[in-house]
Amino acid sequence: MTDDRKLTLGELALEVRSKNAGPFWITMELFMRSAEDYAIVADEEFVNEEVVARLYALDPADVLIFRIPALNVVKISFPRPVAQGGLRDRDIHAGQHHVPLAALVPP
Amino acid sequence: MTEAQRESVRVLTPVGMLGAGFPRETVDRGIALGADVIAVDGGSTDSGPYYLGSGTAKTAAAAVAGDLRILLRASASAGIPVVIGSCGTSGTDSGVDWVAGIAETILREEGLTLRIARIYSEQRAETLKERLNEGRVHPLPPLGDLDAATLDSCSHIVGMMGHEPIVAALRAGADVVLAGRATDTAVAAAYPLMLGMPAGPTWHASKIVECGGQCTTNPRAGGVLATIDHDGFTIEPLDPANACTPTSVAAHMLYETVDPFRMREPAGTLDVSDAVYTALDERRVRVEGSRFELADQHTIKLEGARVTGYETMSFTAIRDPHILSKIEEWAALMHRILRARVRQTLGLEPPQYAVDLRLYGYNAVLEDLDPATGPPREVGAMLLVNAPDQATATAVAKIANPLMLHLPTPDMAYLPSLAFATSPAEIERGPAYEFVLNHVVDVDEPSELFRVEIAEEASRD
Repeated sequence: MTDDRKLTLGELALEVRSKNAGPFWITMELFMRSAEDYAIVADEEFVNEEVVARLYALDPADVLIFRIPALNVVKISFPRPVAQGGLRDRDIHAGQHHVPLAALVPP
Repeated sequence: MTEAQRESVRVLTPVGMLGAGFPRETVDRGIALGADVIAVDGGSTDSGPYYLGSGTAKTAAAAVAGDLRILLRASASAGIPVVIGSCGTSGTDSGVDWVAGIAETILREEGLTLRIARIYSEQRAETLKERLNEGRVHPLPPLGDLDAATLDSCSHIVGMMGHEPIVAALRAGADVVLAGRATDTAVAAAYPLMLGMPAGPTWHASKIVECGGQCTTNPRAGGVLATIDHDGFTIEPLDPANACTPTSVAAHMLYETVDPFRMREPAGTLDVSDAVYTALDERRVRVEGSRFELADQHTIKLEGARVTGYETMSFTAIRDPHILSKIEEWAALMHRILRARVRQTLGLEPPQYAVDLRLYGYNAVLEDLDPATGPPREVGAMLLVNAPDQATATAVAKIANPLMLHLPTPDMAYLPSLAFATSPAEIERGPAYEFVLNHVVDVDEPSELFRVEIAEEASRD
């Protein structure tokens, strides 16, 4: 089905999630369903430091990406842009920050 | 002691957080399987700086008591120790005393004879400033160098203990160890390390069990049992219908970690890069190949929180499609008029106070990062005011009240009335806090920043 190409990562993945990793970092994971789908998100041309930096308004040098083929997982960590629990923090556990990543559409 | 001859040590973790609740059967099953120790985390920074800043717990006393009653009964009847870390959510001295008070009440009510140890982890700014001057305090990314004024500004500072003070308490004869701030892993690692289990498998197993059933295929079905031996560890869920799989166990290394392969502890670094996860059967997983690299310098991580001001919240709601179609213009007008009114009435300008206007239903959570567009069906407008004192924060929110009720969009020729959610609309939130420390202190002795106090005798009426 050619329609498959329009699926977002959120639709393609088993789960896309985000969470605090301590008070000063956010981490998120793309859990893919198969080695084939993992290969799509592990492709550095598609998901890389610059793309993540653009999604989350970051410096690419602050973005860490871990590609874990054994689990079909790509994990992304970066410093929390807004202090946890401060006046400007609208996501105390950073549990909804996966949404921009999940909205990406593979090429 | 026959510690060196132990072939394995079994750690029972019924739940990821004391007070979250678990079925009694999960503990009974763990005891039946030969658990040597019960280890539970009692805290986390995950819910924000308030709990450390205020020295109060996130959990309800009744919920902590319910869990503790099951654990203390099990400890007494099976004759195995219970270790609870980061007591009272943040691990302040008040948190340790709070959990200890609950535990002592239960011991009296149940007629149980158990010796309680309290380990205090709170730090004095003066002591830390001496170490700072000696060049023994270092920042962790993304923070920079620490200055003494930041230490002074904290309402509470805790150090995260490793296993060493917990081992000291256990060796001194404690049945129940109530630790202040501890690494999530140290709580489970202490007893196996004391009995001579190797560091690599012990720290790795301790990371896997830290959230109870989170490493299983059904995280809500109770806790887990880790059996640590000289070659690795085996993990199994305590609910016979639940399962650990190599994927569910390996995936837990991803949870709330920056780096899924390497984790720093006070004494060194756990490295699971070469760990191999093998299914023993349909519900048990064997893990081997975990390594622990001892650090040249033992370090204790600090956590500190300070008051940023006092907050007052107001909340109104908008359903009118015209306003919703121009919601950003409405919000901009709100900021502009409110700022002018506060200048006029209170004589204040930002940053003497600060305002956050959140448009729930539109883009409150992600703001400019939100990939979605389009007018919302309804919007909850939350106004959060931060000021140096509560009265000023509330005054600003009250000055905003007529706007939260009647503010139109710039093109409207009449005043709408919006839908306040409560009356009064203003809710005083009290002091607000922020985390300001993400630094480590070099120490000569692993336990030197912590104080162990053990009851003279077992608590008993």
